[in-house]
Amino acid sequence: MARIAAQTTVAPGRTGSRLRAVVKGARDAPLVAIVILGGLILVALFADLIAPHDPTLPVKGANVFDPPFWMEGGSATTPLGTDFLGRDILSRLIYGARVSLIVGLMGTLVAGSIGTALGIASGYVGGWVDQIIMRVTDAWLALPAIVFAIFLAAMVGPSMWNIVVILGAVYWTRYARVIRGEVLTLREREFVKLAEIAGASRWRVIKRHILPNVMNTATVLASLTVGVVIIAEASLSFLGVGVPPPEPAWGLMLSEARPTLMAGQWWLTVFPGACILLIVLATQLFGDWLRVRLDPQLRNL
Amino acid sequence: MRQFIIRRILYSIVTLGILSATIFLIVRLTGDPVALMAEASARPEDLDRIRHQWGLDRSWPVQYVTFMQNAFRGELGKSFNYRLPVSELYFQRLPNSLTLGLAATLISLLIGVPAGIISAVKVNTAWDNVAKGVALLGLSIPGFWLGLVLILVFSVWLRWLPTSGAGDWRHVIMPALALGWYFAASMLRLTRSSMLEVLGSEYIKLARLKGLPDVVVIALHAFKNALIPVFTLAGVNMVVMINAAVIIEVIFAWPGIGRLLYEGIFQRDFPLVQGVVIMAGFMIVGINLVVDILYAFIDPRIRLTR
Repeated sequence: MARIAAQTTVAPGRTGSRLRAVVKGARDAPLVAIVILGGLILVALFADLIAPHDPTLPVKGANVFDPPFWMEGGSATTPLGTDFLGRDILSRLIYGARVSLIVGLMGTLVAGSIGTALGIASGYVGGWVDQIIMRVTDAWLALPAIVFAIFLAAMVGPSMWNIVVILGAVYWTRYARVIRGEVLTLREREFVKLAEIAGASRWRVIKRHILPNVMNTATVLASLTVGVVIIAEASLSFLGVGVPPPEPAWGLMLSEARPTLMAGQWWLTVFPGACILLIVLATQLFGDWLRVRLDPQLRNL
Repeated sequence: MRQFIIRRILYSIVTLGILSATIFLIVRLTGDPVALMAEASARPEDLDRIRHQWGLDRSWPVQYVTFMQNAFRGELGKSFNYRLPVSELYFQRLPNSLTLGLAATLISLLIGVPAGIISAVKVNTAWDNVAKGVALLGLSIPGFWLGLVLILVFSVWLRWLPTSGAGDWRHVIMPALALGWYFAASMLRLTRSSMLEVLGSEYIKLARLKGLPDVVVIALHAFKNALIPVFTLAGVNMVVMINAAVIIEVIFAWPGIGRLLYEGIFQRDFPLVQGVVIMAGFMIVGINLVVDILYAFIDPRIRLTR
């Protein structure tokens, strides 16, 4: 990995070479993904300014189940229609971006931290520590992640931060496995051996030599986990064990739309789902690009 | 070889032990089931009586050992809500889950394998890009949302298919598609990379040098070898789908084990939830063990590397 990275970066010492490398890298960046993700992040940050209505309260003067503005009976004050309580769909979608992004990013951060720490401990310390961590990883992998998450969420009770912790506690296994493998080869490399001979403590070797060398892999894995975590959050909220009402989470909106699906109020189901699709698609595209840039060995993941 | 099998079986037992202990602990750490079972007016003596009746007054290690002993005999305790053995409820629902899992596996194979082969044979062409797009959508479209959209299109607008329940083949199509969609993408990716690997190998080059037509090379020589890992994954995926279909089963009111779990969760039926979750663990650890041992038989190198 380091060898390949050395070939692609421009030789050091030349002025501005690093900048040029960044510009060169950005040229083949996935524009679509960056536009979608950037847009959603802005929308989430400035939800208070952008959203036309309060996402948790019925819009005054609007009915329940108003259709989008281009259909008969729709109005421009609620451009994407209203839900079963007369709340503005657009405003709920805008605030919902916040929930999805926070849970997606924080859940991934928790999962990545647990998995990276355990992976390094398992690979570097070895012995019975390795045995225990790997057997626990196996046990975690023996349940479909979503079933494990539903089970935990049902036991712990619904709240957004509970979901963050639960999804982190469920999705760390992939990091642990992949990073353990990397550390096993790193451990045998000369710079690590030399540091150990020079008398560096275990902790110092991990901090200065191991961790920086697995960060690329962890970042790539993280970019591919965000989408999975976002879908998992939506699934939990849909089942009623995720983000509780009246919070505007996309999965919850889908769940609230279900009783009237048969009446043909398609906008209640189509819009929140399309938002989930969009955000996950963008993270996948971005992750694919990052994987090729940072770590060609992970192409098959 | 024998050593390899023994070691793998031991690992599986340890895995199941850790998993069941974790599930068992979480269930007990997160609340007193007795308080939920009894009526609000129940006196402390009544609660104690119920606790004793269900064996919940014993220490956790004792409860765990009893539970595991019973589990190995095929008994998973008694459901709080139905007052029936969990195993009876479970095996009543299992056939439906098997049907759904099998149908979803077929769909994922029917989409994933042909698309993966085309993508690999016509690598770096427009076909390949279409297939990559399908794979990307497979990972990005939430299966449960796909299910809702299918209901909207085929039941509400076109009125072709029934929305829910189990019955004839028309009931299976939509849930199987919604469930198999995500797995179709993983089949596609694996078929593509496996085909590419085989197509680049020496014996395929030789077959081509001999002047065999492309169709023969691909259909007779490459296909067979490329599909071994694909069908292995299909088997593992089927077991996963049987156990992970909770949301799809809820949406389509499909009477399988996923919905049993969902009902158990909402009725706070701990023995039921615990039983269904642990059965899922048993099944998945089982299939992984079988796959590992089969692979070790096929490919001796595996025995040495693990």
